[in-house]
Amino acid sequence: MILHRVRDGLPLMNLVSLRAVPILQQLHLEERLLRSSSDNWCIINDGTNRPNIVMGISGRPSELIDLKSVLRDRVPVIRRFSGGGTVIVDDGTIFVTFICNKDAIPGLQPYPHPLMSWTGQLYKDVLHGFGDFHLQENDYAIGSRKFGGNAQSITKNRWVHHTSFLWDYDIKNMEYLKIPSRAPKYRSARPHVEFLCRMTEYVPSRSTFIERTIASLGNHFSVKPIHQDRVIDPSNTLHSSSKLLTRQELEEAYSSLCEKLHIAAISV
Amino acid sequence: MALKLWASSTANALKISCSGAKTSPFLPFSISRCFSSVLDGLKYSSSHEWVKHEGSVATIGITDHAQGHLGEVVFVELPESGSSVSKGGGFGAVESVKATSDVNSPVSGEVVEVNTKLTETPGLINSSPYEDGWMIKVRPSSPTELDSLMGPKEYTKFCEEEDAHH
Repeated sequence: MILHRVRDGLPLMNLVSLRAVPILQQLHLEERLLRSSSDNWCIINDGTNRPNIVMGISGRPSELIDLKSVLRDRVPVIRRFSGGGTVIVDDGTIFVTFICNKDAIPGLQPYPHPLMSWTGQLYKDVLHGFGDFHLQENDYAIGSRKFGGNAQSITKNRWVHHTSFLWDYDIKNMEYLKIPSRAPKYRSARPHVEFLCRMTEYVPSRSTFIERTIASLGNHFSVKPIHQDRVIDPSNTLHSSSKLLTRQELEEAYSSLCEKLHIAAISV
Repeated sequence: MALKLWASSTANALKISCSGAKTSPFLPFSISRCFSSVLDGLKYSSSHEWVKHEGSVATIGITDHAQGHLGEVVFVELPESGSSVSKGGGFGAVESVKATSDVNSPVSGEVVEVNTKLTETPGLINSSPYEDGWMIKVRPSSPTELDSLMGPKEYTKFCEEEDAHH
């Protein structure tokens, strides 16, 4: 039996607040904590240092990204350890991740829909008064416009639910992403500019959102801030399956795609 | 919470009866009060994998209960033949909706075959979790490990208790 730490009757959650940490480093940290810690964690990364494309575990570059422009502009492409779709993240993205033991939240089953529902309720509380928040299928939306994309990874005894929130974004960056073939019904084939919205149009400041998220967490956990120096270790990639795709991999994907489409691959 | 659970179980039952988690007419099955099918003749782990031991080979997959809770499976990650698995240890993962979920081996041994059909048709895990959706075949190194797994009645009760607590 594993005894989990409790304070004031609530399970403990360690909170690590980061600013502009590279997304690959954040993913490595998350996977390490998922697989080698028995504590509950919340990681908040306010922005990331440069634009990166991040695909889910089964992502195929030729289907999800515009390889020609990605190669031309040398945009990094990462395949992460969790499921779900493809995002492009940058300093306008706010990341919030929960890493929990499966029994951390009473009555919550560690399966995709219950986790999505629980986090949806948490953010509904966070964003109360700022907009018409909905959990639309598996996205966080204001009205019918998505502002947060989710993904999960579930192990035998723990789970991760992580979200990339669009505080702000550059529409030019969205053009690196194709409209996915597997999309939620409510998207209704809308292009990115009609499907997405920016949190900055609804919430007064980034710190308002972050502080309210931490406060809302406090209803379920006894939150304890942990300095990032105690957890960040860029050299430790043990348990890390998230990886940066090499230029060669992207070029091979591009060549195969061109062959399949019977078009000439333009050197980029 | 109880009403939500009932609705969830009913929804699962409807979904299963519509999509038809297929079972062979020759394989006996138990009607489970948790609305997922549980087959006689198999053993079950607490992380919702099943194992069928025939001769020197154990076939492993995830249960109907698991596939119902995970949703539509879109990708399956499997080990290579020849690799080792340990009882309770992860050997692969399934991706459904937005989640990857580890799959754990109920027994230790050597992987002798993997279900390559799952690469093109991962949905076999949903439509036929106990037959066409099998994941790996293992040569068990300690067949006595099977004795500590649950039988069909025990697993059915386990699922009911798990759902009742949530």
